[in-house]
Amino acid sequence: MENKKMGWKELPDADSMSAGTSTEFKTGDWRSQRPVFHKENCIHCLRCWVMCPDVSIIVKDGKVMGYDYDHCKGCGICASECPINKKVEFEKDKCAITMADEKEFQK
Amino acid sequence: MVDKNLTVAKTGNEAMAEAMRQINPDVVAAYPITPATEIAQIFAGFVADGLVHTEFVRVESEHSAMSAAVGAAAAGGRCMTATSSQGLMLMSEILPIASALRLPIVMPEVNRTIAGPINIHCDHSDTMFVRDSGWMQVYCEDAQEAYDSVLMGIKIAEKAMLPMMVSTDGFIISHCMARVDLIPDEDVTKYLGQYKPETWLLNPDKKITLGGLDLQDYYFEHKMVAIDAMYKSKAIIKECCEEFAGKFGRNYDFFESYEMDDAETAILAMGSVCGTAKVAVDNLRKDGKKVGLVRMRVFRPFPAEELAKTLSNLKTLAIMDRSDAMSAGEAPLAIETKAALYGRKKQPKTHNYVFGLGGRDIKVEEIEDVYKEMLDFTQPEKNFDRKVTYLGVRE
Ligand code: SF4
Ligand code: SF4
Repeated sequence: MENKKMGWKELPDADSMSAGTSTEFKTGDWRSQRPVFHKENCIHCLRCWVMCPDVSIIVKDGKVMGYDYDHCKGCGICASECPINKKVEFEKDKCAITMADEKEFQK
Repeated sequence: MVDKNLTVAKTGNEAMAEAMRQINPDVVAAYPITPATEIAQIFAGFVADGLVHTEFVRVESEHSAMSAAVGAAAAGGRCMTATSSQGLMLMSEILPIASALRLPIVMPEVNRTIAGPINIHCDHSDTMFVRDSGWMQVYCEDAQEAYDSVLMGIKIAEKAMLPMMVSTDGFIISHCMARVDLIPDEDVTKYLGQYKPETWLLNPDKKITLGGLDLQDYYFEHKMVAIDAMYKSKAIIKECCEEFAGKFGRNYDFFESYEMDDAETAILAMGSVCGTAKVAVDNLRKDGKKVGLVRMRVFRPFPAEELAKTLSNLKTLAIMDRSDAMSAGEAPLAIETKAALYGRKKQPKTHNYVFGLGGRDIKVEEIEDVYKEMLDFTQPEKNFDRKVTYLGVRE
């Protein structure tokens, strides 16, 4: 959406915009950590989907597919709320979600 | 045109509450504060008696009252609230948001000084404190004008898409009973019509986002839209005043000129003091003195050109402020009026008087003395180097 910026005479009266514009505002680059999905351990309880404050858990037909990295801010709430993670006491190999350093993915 | 049965005795607060009943807003959110409490209190009675269909929101503070009004107005409703002094201060965080979102909230405001020291009586410090908040401001002289201005305010605000506060002097107007000619309910309903905003949040056919984060790249442009709206509201006010006069026979303008045609000296002031000043003008006119009065009604939008034109033929002008600007040299009305006059070929010598802070009474004789001082000052050799005269304060 990096078009020519509008002048004030082109703007609508109230500082209103069309709805749903936050999808165009990519906030994922604020992230210092990112969630990594381990499909084999997930039971699709969707608790992460409920808890994610940025609507960034991608779900299709009731199944977690992964994360919307354009908007996920890496807060880690999904990983800390996941019941599987708790059950396995956050033992890395058995978790359904692990948090990894974002730097690793920027190389 | 006046229906005798609708000529009543009402206090300023009662008159404004009556206007609210006739407006029948969708939402009123209010919190009590002296001397404006009665407005919402009387209105709450109308709600309880089923005389209005209004959703009355009993909030826990003025900050919440204004926030609720903003939310309800953004949702698409015709919304009102009422406040005074400290209540207005507590609302102040939300006031510019209401104007930036272009929400036509109309708020009766009763002028009371601001603490401290704590005091419940009249001056204009409260509304002057928020004069740059993007709200239109109308200062009334009496209960009739307060009633009319609230009704007209709805129309102006909705056309201009800007909020408006209509203020009366605390206790002097808000609690004193005066004659008010009411307009029949059905005429008010017809006059105001239905509120039809262009966009509103609860419209599923045209979804919008309101009040998004607006950083370096767009804040200035959005602010410019609101600034421009304030300038443009002048034409809307003019047009609405003319319509109101045509329909209901009472004339209003940005300001009222009293005995100004041949005046050499005048006072410029706002609010109830103007009633007193008119008596002083009449007294001095009997002695052949060419004095007049300009009573400001609309302080925002500031009618700079119109005011300058009216004042420029005077020899001297006393600008009487009921608030102070704390070392700015002069007080708000004087500062802005002089800015409007500055650079014009013809302009009067001016002097600023600050009076009546915290409800300090001002008498006809004191105002006559101001006129006499200003008449004296028409002599060119008189040098007036004082910046502000604080009128009525003990030394
Ligand atoms: S909370 Fe854990 S187990 Fe539940 S759906 Fe999300 S990742 Fe899968
Ligand atoms: S890290 Fe936070 S923002 Fe990202 S998917 Fe998990 S809960 Fe959502």
